[in-house]
Amino acid sequence: MEQKDAVIIGGGPAGLAAALELYFQGIQDILILEREDHLGGILRQCIHDGFGLGRFKKSLSGPEYAQAFIDEIEKYKISYRTGTAVMEVSEDHRITAISREGVIVCQARSVILAMGCKERSRGALGIPGERPAGVFTAGTAQAYMNLYNRMPAKEVIILGSGDIGMIMARRLTLEGAHVQAVFEIMPHPGGLPRNIIQCLEDYHIPLYLSHTVTGIHGDSRLTGVTISRVDERLRPIPGTEKEYACDTLILSAGLIPDNQLSAEAGVVLDPHTKGAVVDEHYQTSIPGVFAAGNVLHVHDLVDFVSIEAEALASEAAAYIRGVELAPCQLEIRAGKGIGHTIPQRVSGKKDFLLSLRVGSPYKDCSIVVRQGDRVVWRRKMKKVIPAEMIQFTIKAEQIQKQEELEVSVE
Amino acid sequence: MKKIYTCIICPGGCEIETEIKDKRILSLTGNTCDKGADYVRQEVTAPARTIATSVRVKGGVLPLASVRLTRPIPKDMILSVMEQIKKISLTAPVLSGTVILKGVCGLDSDVITTRNVRAVSE
Repeated sequence: MEQKDAVIIGGGPAGLAAALELYFQGIQDILILEREDHLGGILRQCIHDGFGLGRFKKSLSGPEYAQAFIDEIEKYKISYRTGTAVMEVSEDHRITAISREGVIVCQARSVILAMGCKERSRGALGIPGERPAGVFTAGTAQAYMNLYNRMPAKEVIILGSGDIGMIMARRLTLEGAHVQAVFEIMPHPGGLPRNIIQCLEDYHIPLYLSHTVTGIHGDSRLTGVTISRVDERLRPIPGTEKEYACDTLILSAGLIPDNQLSAEAGVVLDPHTKGAVVDEHYQTSIPGVFAAGNVLHVHDLVDFVSIEAEALASEAAAYIRGVELAPCQLEIRAGKGIGHTIPQRVSGKKDFLLSLRVGSPYKDCSIVVRQGDRVVWRRKMKKVIPAEMIQFTIKAEQIQKQEELEVSVE
Repeated sequence: MKKIYTCIICPGGCEIETEIKDKRILSLTGNTCDKGADYVRQEVTAPARTIATSVRVKGGVLPLASVRLTRPIPKDMILSVMEQIKKISLTAPVLSGTVILKGVCGLDSDVITTRNVRAVSE
């Protein structure tokens, strides 16, 4: 059985950044396991630009951003196996994977979860109707077009205003498809404002809020969908149904951290993020098992994924060297207006980066962190939206007592 | 005329309030960085965008190489530029960062590859 200081599950942006940072911190007995045949993760199919404005100070495409990391991995000869799918992670850090060569079992001092996220599917959305071909998640359509050179659509309806859905609206339009409209069940857009402008408005594609698909029609191929308006509790309003003829329905209705392996290993998950509950060291409920990137919580920008994975690597390196990580007893609770926070537990003895998302849009508000009645931290915000991840550093000296923290929007 | 622009440079998406007369900006507020002001100035006079797509690759381990523009082009030129890019076909190996069409449609922007594609036999 192979022994490794660190095994990284997933060769996407989080896994690659974690591997490099571990290497730079002196932990060089590393193995990256990637189930696809290439490193790079989802970036490989994200051919649009806009990546790396923070890290590289220029607007790169996804493949270029990934390649910058892959080049470094190759340069330092960090070992990786592609075409290798992890089947099981045990509580005592034993990893079982399969590849074309057979079964690989590996014992790791530290396991780094970097599996990314998955898309909410038709089944997960519970859309009623028939089951014709032509219903794809945005990422599937993106893979068809950008990796396999297959055009999946002619007449398109998009459900959900997530960023990938809007980016695919533009992509499909540029390749000659007709995107009729984007429908969003929530009263606010799911994706970033810049994508509403450059992917929808630029191409005159309308976005309808508070609407959803309530029927899917077609025998072998999709022939149309029924769209209904929804009320404030997101229930379809009878009598508002409208029929749209189309051959393709693209779903872009949210991303979910992919934690099947983590859950089976016994990692405690957060019901809000659907990722692991972690402390300020990015350590999960299992000592020595760390998580970062979209497997932990869905990010808006890959730059933040890389930074988070690097922060994880510093902590994992300390763990591997036998340094005791400060115990984290203080819970962070998501209060009014806050969807979730990362981390969920801190020591109170060390500065930490707090990441969060708001549950709905607010204007001229404050994000406030409290311990009981005492305000630990406060920042005025002109505008906050659920599509954008918010991050700020809380200093150790701001936390004066051993009491849980609550974050809220006021 | 008052108009609100949503900046597309970063995910912040600043809402920038402007007052415009005859394509001249009289006032501009709400941007949190200089790039926002530059974006609005460009948007008012001649809106520009970058685009990304793919070109076919013969003999490669992948059928496509992704490409992008090096500089934004006028918005109304997007479809013409797409037409030019569609005519291109490459032969593997393809190296990321290779200029495959210089000054596309006579514009001050090049089409470059953004992916390495190895040849099948390599």
